[in-house]
Amino acid sequence: MRLEKRSHSSSAAMLLAPLGAVAFTLMISALLVLWAGAPVGQTYGLLLKGGFGSVFALSETLTRAIPLMLTGLAAAVAFKARLFNIGAEGQLYVGAMAAVAVGGLHGGTGFDLPPALLFLLMMLAAALAGALLLLGPALMKAKLGVDEVVTTLLLNFIVLLLVSLMLDGPMKDPSAMGWPQSVALLGDLELSKLIEQTRVHTGLLWAVALAVGLWALMKYTVLGFDIRAVGANPRAAAFAGVSVTRTVVLVALLSGGLAGLAGAIEVAGRTSYLTLDMSPGYGYSGIVIAMLAGLHPLGVVLGSVFVAGVLVGADSMSRVVGVPTYIADVIVATSLISVLVATLLTQYKVKLK
Amino acid sequence: MTEFFDILANPAFWVAVLRIATPLILGTLGVLLCERAGVLNLGIEGIMVAGAFTGWLAVYGGAPLWAGVAVAALTGAALGLLHAFLTVGLALSQHVSGLGITLLATALSYYGYRVSFPKVSTPPTITPFAEMSWLPLPILAQQTAMTLLALLAVPVIAYVLFKTPVGLALRMVGENPQAAEGQGVSVARVRTGAIVAGSALMGVAGSFLTLSAFNAFFFNMVNGRGWICVALVVFASWRPGKALLGALLFAFFDALQLRLQQMNDVVLPYQLYLMLPYVLSIVALVLVARKASYPQALMKPYRRGER
Repeated sequence: MRLEKRSHSSSAAMLLAPLGAVAFTLMISALLVLWAGAPVGQTYGLLLKGGFGSVFALSETLTRAIPLMLTGLAAAVAFKARLFNIGAEGQLYVGAMAAVAVGGLHGGTGFDLPPALLFLLMMLAAALAGALLLLGPALMKAKLGVDEVVTTLLLNFIVLLLVSLMLDGPMKDPSAMGWPQSVALLGDLELSKLIEQTRVHTGLLWAVALAVGLWALMKYTVLGFDIRAVGANPRAAAFAGVSVTRTVVLVALLSGGLAGLAGAIEVAGRTSYLTLDMSPGYGYSGIVIAMLAGLHPLGVVLGSVFVAGVLVGADSMSRVVGVPTYIADVIVATSLISVLVATLLTQYKVKLK
Repeated sequence: MTEFFDILANPAFWVAVLRIATPLILGTLGVLLCERAGVLNLGIEGIMVAGAFTGWLAVYGGAPLWAGVAVAALTGAALGLLHAFLTVGLALSQHVSGLGITLLATALSYYGYRVSFPKVSTPPTITPFAEMSWLPLPILAQQTAMTLLALLAVPVIAYVLFKTPVGLALRMVGENPQAAEGQGVSVARVRTGAIVAGSALMGVAGSFLTLSAFNAFFFNMVNGRGWICVALVVFASWRPGKALLGALLFAFFDALQLRLQQMNDVVLPYQLYLMLPYVLSIVALVLVARKASYPQALMKPYRRGER
């Protein structure tokens, strides 16, 4: 098997590639649905309806999409500079911890600050916590050549244990009757709802605004150019006068900061306190979303709504036809692999000898 | 302090060390084979989950224990073949393909478990491997045959890697694929073989958890062991003997933190002890970073005719 670069990608191929990837994913998942003994058509119908079929379904999907959008952006900017940050899960949790530390501890006094200022401090603290957590691995990569994939992965486990420790001790809510949750944020700091009677909150506007901001930064600023140059070829970038270490550090701060904000916005918009299970792997799903979006910030917005819709839809479908909710993870993982293959096929011809 | 020495003097401690080390030895050897051939395999975490599940499911369905191990190896090999297709055949990013395989294998295993056992409150169990009480060796006699398999795999893989033509070809495609191709070695074939063999070992590593260490399949039972193997192989400078040493050292600290938690005069939160193995893995990576000599072509996809 060998690959041959296509001289140009036809527009028909560019259109067919994603459709083919979706068709392949649906086919694989259909086999699994049949294995579970459920009717395929009805299962897909329920999944679609549960994710997008009503105002309520859509509001749940958008609620779930908010943290995914932010972790997706975190992965997109880091991967663009070839900084393989697999630690968004941990960065999300330290962000949530920082948010609770600023906005919830101190016996409900709020440090006697006006709520608007305290809110700003809370978000800054969360972004800073996430950024600092990624700064370590980024510096170890830049200065010592330590692979950041392994260090960021291992830090996820360390952070989860730290959260568990905090929930047992300093951040424990004494009135939660032994339930492992932190003290709640001050009511004034919670994000307001976008639609009455639903859970979708103004964090969505924050996340979309950050996506647009990141897109503009990548496209129109010197830093954006440096990031793309370092990602494309670090040696050539260094030769052209781009400081690789400086760029990697800035990317780490940006990426970790976005993931930290995901944690703070989850706390302020949805849970209002920190728990050990507040993220069902948003950090890891963010990587998939970034890849599905081809690392494009605006694509991340769409990708996160797609993934959130599948997750939410699978939950409601599972209650009716009894297909395990893990089908959602299979759909997401299969679509990642098939989209990667499909994209490659638009650029290369595969020849069998 | 005397309590500390009491722990070390107790043979049960060393039995635990070897038991904890077993899946790490197998997994690290698996990563080592892939990386020596120039391919990062972050699929390990998911491949271990899949091996743990399919091996256990086969035994639960009535297959003998060793057949379960073989099923786990085949599962690993199949997922390895997918990784090889994506990274060697199509030259896609090794990071992304590996993570994709981890997500896919984990999701498929959990889905398969839920479809097979829709409504169980307690996980169904099997009769796992028995201890090798016939062995006249003190600590080894309290291990299962899978530990013996892992220990024997170390010299076998070392021999194959450094003393046979196959091993030479494998190391060549990981260091300098252009030169290997010039010598008439098919880079694609050797890399694919290495990934499939390495992934089979990862599958077996997973099955140790369900067929030997425990007797059931749980969600999250692999719990980062795969990632630790990826760190251990750097620590081991891609050498099988050092991989064994690294796995034992890691297991030593893991067993130690479990014992320290149970000591009654210690007041530190238990989470700090649980962090210890992960923290040590990072420290080890930093310590060896300066002299780590990565296989030269690691993470570099090879397309014939391209430079």
